[in-house]
Amino acid sequence: MSNDHDHGPTHTHDGKLIQEDELPSIEAQILETSVRELLIEKGVVSGEDIRRAIEAMDSRGESLGAKIVVRAWTDPKYKDRLLNNSDDAVREFGINMSPMELCVVENTDEVHNMVVCTLCSCYPRPILGIPPAWYKRRDYRARAVREPRAVLQEFGTDLPDGKQVRVHDSNADLRYLVLPKRPEGTEDWTVEQLEALVTRDSMIGVSDVRLPSEADA
Amino acid sequence: MKNKYSPGDKVQIMQRNQPGHVRTPIYVRGKTGVIERIVGSFPNPELLAYGNSGLPYKMLYRVNFKQSELWPDYDGQADDTLEIEIYEHWMAPA
Repeated sequence: MSNDHDHGPTHTHDGKLIQEDELPSIEAQILETSVRELLIEKGVVSGEDIRRAIEAMDSRGESLGAKIVVRAWTDPKYKDRLLNNSDDAVREFGINMSPMELCVVENTDEVHNMVVCTLCSCYPRPILGIPPAWYKRRDYRARAVREPRAVLQEFGTDLPDGKQVRVHDSNADLRYLVLPKRPEGTEDWTVEQLEALVTRDSMIGVSDVRLPSEADA
Repeated sequence: MKNKYSPGDKVQIMQRNQPGHVRTPIYVRGKTGVIERIVGSFPNPELLAYGNSGLPYKMLYRVNFKQSELWPDYDGQADDTLEIEIYEHWMAPA
Protein backbone atom coordinates (compact mmCIF):
# COMPACT_ATOMS: atom_id res chain seq x y z
CA MET A 1 0.00 0.00 0.00
CA SER A 2 1.53 3.27 -1.05
CA ASN A 3 -0.26 5.48 1.42
CA ASP A 4 -0.09 5.16 5.15
CA HIS A 5 -3.82 4.96 5.69
CA ASP A 6 -7.11 4.41 4.02
CA HIS A 7 -9.07 7.55 3.62
CA GLY A 8 -12.62 8.32 2.75
CA PRO A 9 -13.82 11.10 0.53
CA THR A 10 -13.31 13.79 3.17
CA HIS A 11 -9.76 14.79 2.28
CA THR A 12 -7.03 14.31 -0.27
CA HIS A 13 -3.35 13.63 0.22
CA ASP A 14 -2.38 17.26 -0.14
CA GLY A 15 -4.61 18.02 2.82
CA LYS A 16 -7.31 19.89 0.97
CA LEU A 17 -10.76 19.47 2.39
CA ILE A 18 -13.43 18.25 0.04
CA GLN A 19 -16.93 18.66 1.34
CA GLU A 20 -19.57 16.32 0.10
CA ASP A 21 -22.46 17.77 -1.84
CA GLU A 22 -25.58 18.14 0.22
CA LEU A 23 -28.49 15.83 -0.31
CA PRO A 24 -31.68 17.56 -1.44
CA SER A 25 -33.58 18.89 1.55
CA ILE A 26 -36.49 16.61 2.42
CA GLU A 27 -38.28 19.54 4.10
CA ALA A 28 -38.09 21.59 0.88
CA GLN A 29 -39.43 18.65 -1.13
CA ILE A 30 -42.37 18.17 1.21
CA LEU A 31 -43.09 21.91 1.14
CA GLU A 32 -42.97 21.98 -2.68
CA THR A 33 -45.33 19.00 -2.97
CA SER A 34 -47.77 20.48 -0.44
CA VAL A 35 -47.90 23.90 -2.11
CA ARG A 36 -48.23 22.35 -5.57
CA GLU A 37 -51.09 20.07 -4.50
CA LEU A 38 -52.89 22.95 -2.79
CA LEU A 39 -52.59 25.17 -5.89
CA ILE A 40 -54.03 22.42 -8.05
CA GLU A 41 -56.78 21.57 -5.54
CA LYS A 42 -57.88 25.23 -5.35
CA GLY A 43 -57.83 25.54 -9.14
CA VAL A 44 -55.09 28.19 -9.26
CA VAL A 45 -53.05 26.13 -11.71
CA SER A 46 -53.54 22.73 -13.29
CA GLY A 47 -51.18 19.82 -13.43
CA GLU A 48 -50.96 20.40 -17.16
CA ASP A 49 -49.89 24.05 -16.58
CA ILE A 50 -47.06 22.86 -14.34
CA ARG A 51 -46.00 20.12 -16.72
CA ARG A 52 -45.92 22.56 -19.62
CA ALA A 53 -43.87 25.10 -17.63
CA ILE A 54 -41.32 22.40 -16.72
CA GLU A 55 -41.16 21.29 -20.35
CA ALA A 56 -40.56 24.88 -21.49
CA MET A 57 -37.78 25.33 -18.91
CA ASP A 58 -36.15 22.04 -19.87
CA SER A 59 -36.29 22.86 -23.57
CA ARG A 60 -34.17 25.98 -23.24
CA GLY A 61 -30.58 25.29 -23.95
CA GLU A 62 -27.42 26.51 -25.50
CA SER A 63 -28.94 26.99 -28.98
CA LEU A 64 -30.51 30.26 -27.82
CA GLY A 65 -27.20 31.41 -26.36
CA ALA A 66 -25.43 30.42 -29.58
CA LYS A 67 -27.80 32.61 -31.62
CA ILE A 68 -26.97 35.59 -29.40
CA VAL A 69 -23.22 34.96 -29.58
CA VAL A 70 -23.22 34.60 -33.36
CA ARG A 71 -25.31 37.73 -33.78
CA ALA A 72 -22.70 39.60 -31.71
CA TRP A 73 -19.88 38.10 -33.79
CA THR A 74 -21.47 39.14 -37.07
CA ASP A 75 -23.10 42.47 -36.15
CA PRO A 76 -20.83 45.00 -34.35
CA LYS A 77 -23.76 47.21 -33.41
CA TYR A 78 -25.55 44.27 -31.78
CA LYS A 79 -22.35 43.34 -29.93
CA ASP A 80 -22.18 46.87 -28.58
CA ARG A 81 -25.77 46.63 -27.34
CA LEU A 82 -25.17 43.18 -25.89
CA LEU A 83 -22.17 44.32 -23.85
CA ASN A 84 -23.59 47.66 -22.71
CA ASN A 85 -27.33 47.12 -22.54
CA SER A 86 -27.54 43.38 -22.15
CA ASP A 87 -31.16 43.00 -20.98
CA ASP A 88 -32.53 44.92 -23.96
CA ALA A 89 -30.20 43.13 -26.37
CA VAL A 90 -31.43 39.66 -25.38
CA ARG A 91 -35.04 40.84 -25.35
CA GLU A 92 -34.64 41.04 -29.13
CA PHE A 93 -34.48 37.23 -28.92
CA GLY A 94 -37.61 37.07 -26.76
CA ILE A 95 -35.66 36.57 -23.54
CA ASN A 96 -36.76 38.28 -20.35
CA MET A 97 -34.12 38.26 -17.59
CA SER A 98 -36.35 39.99 -15.00
CA PRO A 99 -36.10 40.20 -12.00
CA MET A 100 -32.42 39.45 -12.61
CA GLU A 101 -30.15 41.47 -14.87
CA LEU A 102 -27.80 40.12 -17.47
CA CYS A 103 -24.09 40.90 -17.55
CA VAL A 104 -22.20 39.86 -20.68
CA VAL A 105 -18.42 39.57 -20.44
CA GLU A 106 -16.25 39.36 -23.54
CA ASN A 107 -13.30 37.05 -24.04
CA THR A 108 -10.46 38.79 -25.87
CA ASP A 109 -6.82 38.15 -26.74
CA GLU A 110 -5.95 39.61 -23.33
CA VAL A 111 -8.68 38.29 -21.01
CA HIS A 112 -10.41 34.95 -20.44
CA ASN A 113 -13.63 35.12 -18.39
CA MET A 114 -15.23 32.26 -16.50
CA VAL A 115 -18.40 32.12 -14.41
CA VAL A 116 -19.21 30.37 -11.15
CA CYS A 117 -21.77 30.76 -8.38
CA THR A 118 -19.98 29.95 -5.13
CA LEU A 119 -23.05 30.38 -2.92
CA CYS A 120 -25.50 28.22 -4.85
CA SER A 121 -25.96 27.63 -8.58
CA CYS A 122 -27.05 30.94 -10.16
CA TYR A 123 -26.99 30.55 -13.92
CA PRO A 124 -28.46 32.46 -16.91
CA ARG A 125 -31.36 29.99 -17.18
CA PRO A 126 -33.54 32.11 -19.50
CA ILE A 127 -30.70 31.83 -22.05
CA LEU A 128 -28.86 28.58 -21.33
CA GLY A 129 -31.56 26.53 -19.61
CA ILE A 130 -30.70 24.07 -16.84
CA PRO A 131 -27.12 24.29 -15.53
CA PRO A 132 -24.88 21.24 -15.98
CA ALA A 133 -24.48 19.01 -12.92
CA TRP A 134 -20.82 19.94 -12.46
CA TYR A 135 -21.71 23.64 -12.27
CA LYS A 136 -23.71 22.92 -9.10
CA ARG A 137 -21.09 20.72 -7.48
CA ARG A 138 -19.18 21.97 -4.48
CA ASP A 139 -15.80 21.14 -5.96
CA TYR A 140 -16.37 23.32 -9.05
CA ARG A 141 -17.83 26.14 -6.97
CA ALA A 142 -14.93 26.12 -4.51
CA ARG A 143 -12.10 25.57 -6.97
CA ALA A 144 -13.22 27.96 -9.75
CA VAL A 145 -12.46 30.94 -7.51
CA ARG A 146 -9.45 29.41 -5.75
CA GLU A 147 -7.54 27.81 -8.63
CA PRO A 148 -9.30 28.79 -11.86
CA ARG A 149 -6.34 27.92 -14.06
CA ALA A 150 -6.20 24.35 -12.77
CA VAL A 151 -9.95 24.00 -13.35
CA LEU A 152 -9.65 25.40 -16.88
CA GLN A 153 -6.86 22.94 -17.63
CA GLU A 154 -9.05 20.05 -16.48
CA PHE A 155 -11.69 21.27 -18.92
CA GLY A 156 -9.03 21.08 -21.65
CA THR A 157 -8.60 24.83 -21.83
CA ASP A 158 -4.93 25.76 -22.07
CA LEU A 159 -4.46 29.50 -22.10
CA PRO A 160 -1.52 31.18 -23.81
CA ASP A 161 1.06 32.77 -21.52
CA GLY A 162 0.15 36.29 -20.57
CA LYS A 163 -3.61 35.92 -20.85
CA GLN A 164 -5.43 37.18 -17.77
CA VAL A 165 -8.09 35.02 -16.10
CA ARG A 166 -11.09 36.90 -14.72
CA VAL A 167 -13.51 34.88 -12.60
CA HIS A 168 -17.05 36.15 -12.10
CA ASP A 169 -18.80 34.99 -8.95
CA SER A 170 -22.51 35.11 -9.81
CA ASN A 171 -23.52 35.64 -6.20
CA ALA A 172 -26.40 38.13 -6.24
CA ASP A 173 -28.68 39.82 -8.78
CA LEU A 174 -26.74 39.54 -12.05
CA ARG A 175 -26.55 36.53 -14.32
CA TYR A 176 -23.52 36.11 -16.54
CA LEU A 177 -22.98 35.11 -20.13
CA VAL A 178 -19.49 34.83 -21.60
CA LEU A 179 -19.14 36.11 -25.15
CA PRO A 180 -16.49 33.71 -26.45
CA LYS A 181 -13.90 34.60 -29.06
CA ARG A 182 -14.80 33.85 -32.66
CA PRO A 183 -12.29 31.30 -33.96
CA GLU A 184 -9.94 32.45 -36.69
CA GLY A 185 -10.64 31.01 -40.10
CA THR A 186 -14.42 31.33 -39.82
CA GLU A 187 -14.71 34.63 -41.69
CA ASP A 188 -16.67 33.06 -44.58
CA TRP A 189 -18.86 30.79 -42.46
CA THR A 190 -22.64 31.07 -42.51
CA VAL A 191 -24.65 31.94 -39.41
CA GLU A 192 -25.86 28.33 -39.16
CA GLN A 193 -22.31 26.98 -39.33
CA LEU A 194 -21.17 29.41 -36.65
CA GLU A 195 -24.10 28.63 -34.35
CA ALA A 196 -23.22 24.94 -34.47
CA LEU A 197 -19.74 25.77 -33.13
CA VAL A 198 -20.84 27.63 -30.00
CA THR A 199 -21.01 25.32 -27.00
CA ARG A 200 -22.62 25.72 -23.60
CA ASP A 201 -19.24 25.46 -21.88
CA SER A 202 -17.80 28.29 -23.99
CA MET A 203 -20.61 30.54 -22.73
CA ILE A 204 -19.85 29.59 -19.10
CA GLY A 205 -16.21 30.27 -19.88
CA VAL A 206 -14.66 26.92 -18.99
CA SER A 207 -13.83 26.42 -22.65
CA ASP A 208 -13.14 28.34 -25.84
CA VAL A 209 -15.04 27.95 -29.09
CA ARG A 210 -12.97 25.60 -31.20
CA LEU A 211 -13.02 24.53 -34.81
CA PRO A 212 -13.98 20.86 -35.25
CA SER A 213 -10.38 20.01 -36.21
CA GLU A 214 -9.08 21.54 -32.97
CA ALA A 215 -11.74 19.88 -30.87
CA ASP A 216 -10.62 16.45 -32.08
CA ALA A 217 -6.99 17.14 -31.25
CA MET B 1 -31.16 56.11 -4.65
CA LYS B 2 -27.73 57.64 -4.45
CA ASN B 3 -24.56 55.62 -4.74
CA LYS B 4 -21.94 56.16 -2.07
CA TYR B 5 -19.15 54.72 -4.21
CA SER B 6 -18.10 55.17 -7.84
CA PRO B 7 -16.12 53.04 -10.26
CA GLY B 8 -12.43 53.11 -9.34
CA ASP B 9 -13.02 53.65 -5.61
CA LYS B 10 -11.11 51.36 -3.27
CA VAL B 11 -13.31 49.55 -0.79
CA GLN B 12 -12.82 47.02 1.98
CA ILE B 13 -15.43 44.32 2.46
CA MET B 14 -16.68 44.12 6.02
CA GLN B 15 -15.52 41.32 8.24
CA ARG B 16 -18.65 40.41 10.10
CA ASN B 17 -20.38 37.18 10.94
CA GLN B 18 -24.00 37.32 10.03
CA PRO B 19 -26.30 34.34 9.68
CA GLY B 20 -29.03 34.10 7.07
CA HIS B 21 -29.37 34.71 3.34
CA VAL B 22 -26.17 36.76 3.05
CA ARG B 23 -24.74 37.20 -0.45
CA THR B 24 -21.22 38.15 0.66
CA PRO B 25 -19.11 34.99 0.63
CA ILE B 26 -16.62 34.56 3.47
CA TYR B 27 -13.65 34.51 1.11
CA VAL B 28 -14.03 38.21 0.24
CA ARG B 29 -14.71 39.46 3.78
CA GLY B 30 -11.96 41.74 5.05
CA LYS B 31 -10.45 41.97 1.55
CA THR B 32 -9.80 45.15 -0.40
CA GLY B 33 -10.95 45.64 -3.97
CA VAL B 34 -11.96 48.30 -6.48
CA ILE B 35 -15.48 49.23 -7.58
CA GLU B 36 -15.86 47.96 -11.15
CA ARG B 37 -19.38 49.26 -11.76
CA ILE B 38 -22.55 50.36 -10.06
CA VAL B 39 -25.18 47.69 -10.71
CA GLY B 40 -28.12 49.58 -9.18
CA SER B 41 -30.51 49.27 -6.25
CA PHE B 42 -32.15 45.96 -5.40
CA PRO B 43 -34.38 44.60 -2.64
CA ASN B 44 -32.21 43.56 0.30
CA PRO B 45 -31.77 39.78 -0.12
CA GLU B 46 -31.12 39.39 3.60
CA LEU B 47 -34.78 40.35 4.19
CA LEU B 48 -36.35 39.30 0.89
CA ALA B 49 -35.43 35.65 1.45
CA TYR B 50 -37.65 35.48 4.54
CA GLY B 51 -40.88 36.72 3.03
CA ASN B 52 -40.25 40.43 3.70
CA SER B 53 -40.44 43.20 1.10
CA GLY B 54 -36.68 43.71 1.01
CA LEU B 55 -37.17 47.43 1.70
CA PRO B 56 -35.25 49.63 1.93
CA TYR B 57 -33.47 48.76 -1.30
CA LYS B 58 -29.70 48.43 -1.15
CA MET B 59 -27.17 49.68 -3.67
CA LEU B 60 -25.29 46.87 -5.39
CA TYR B 61 -21.83 47.12 -6.98
CA ARG B 62 -19.45 44.85 -8.80
CA VAL B 63 -16.09 44.79 -7.05
CA ASN B 64 -12.85 43.68 -8.69
CA PHE B 65 -10.25 41.89 -6.57
CA LYS B 66 -6.75 40.77 -7.41
CA GLN B 67 -6.62 37.03 -6.88
CA SER B 68 -3.42 37.55 -4.87
CA GLU B 69 -5.43 39.71 -2.45
CA LEU B 70 -7.98 36.93 -1.95
CA TRP B 71 -5.51 34.06 -1.76
CA PRO B 72 -1.98 34.88 -0.53
CA ASP B 73 -0.62 31.67 -2.10
CA TYR B 74 -2.48 32.09 -5.42
CA ASP B 75 -0.33 30.46 -8.07
CA GLY B 76 -1.83 31.87 -11.27
CA GLN B 77 -0.77 35.03 -13.06
CA ALA B 78 -0.18 38.24 -11.08
CA ASP B 79 -2.89 40.13 -13.00
CA ASP B 80 -5.62 37.47 -12.55
CA THR B 81 -8.74 38.94 -11.00
CA LEU B 82 -12.14 38.04 -9.59
CA GLU B 83 -15.29 40.13 -9.83
CA ILE B 84 -18.26 39.76 -7.53
CA GLU B 85 -21.43 41.64 -6.57
CA ILE B 86 -21.33 43.30 -3.15
CA TYR B 87 -24.01 45.39 -1.45
CA GLU B 88 -23.11 48.83 -0.15
CA HIS B 89 -23.82 47.92 3.47
CA TRP B 90 -21.07 45.30 3.26
CA MET B 91 -18.26 47.71 2.35
CA ALA B 92 -16.28 50.64 3.74
CA PRO B 93 -13.87 53.08 2.07
CA ALA B 94 -10.32 51.67 1.93
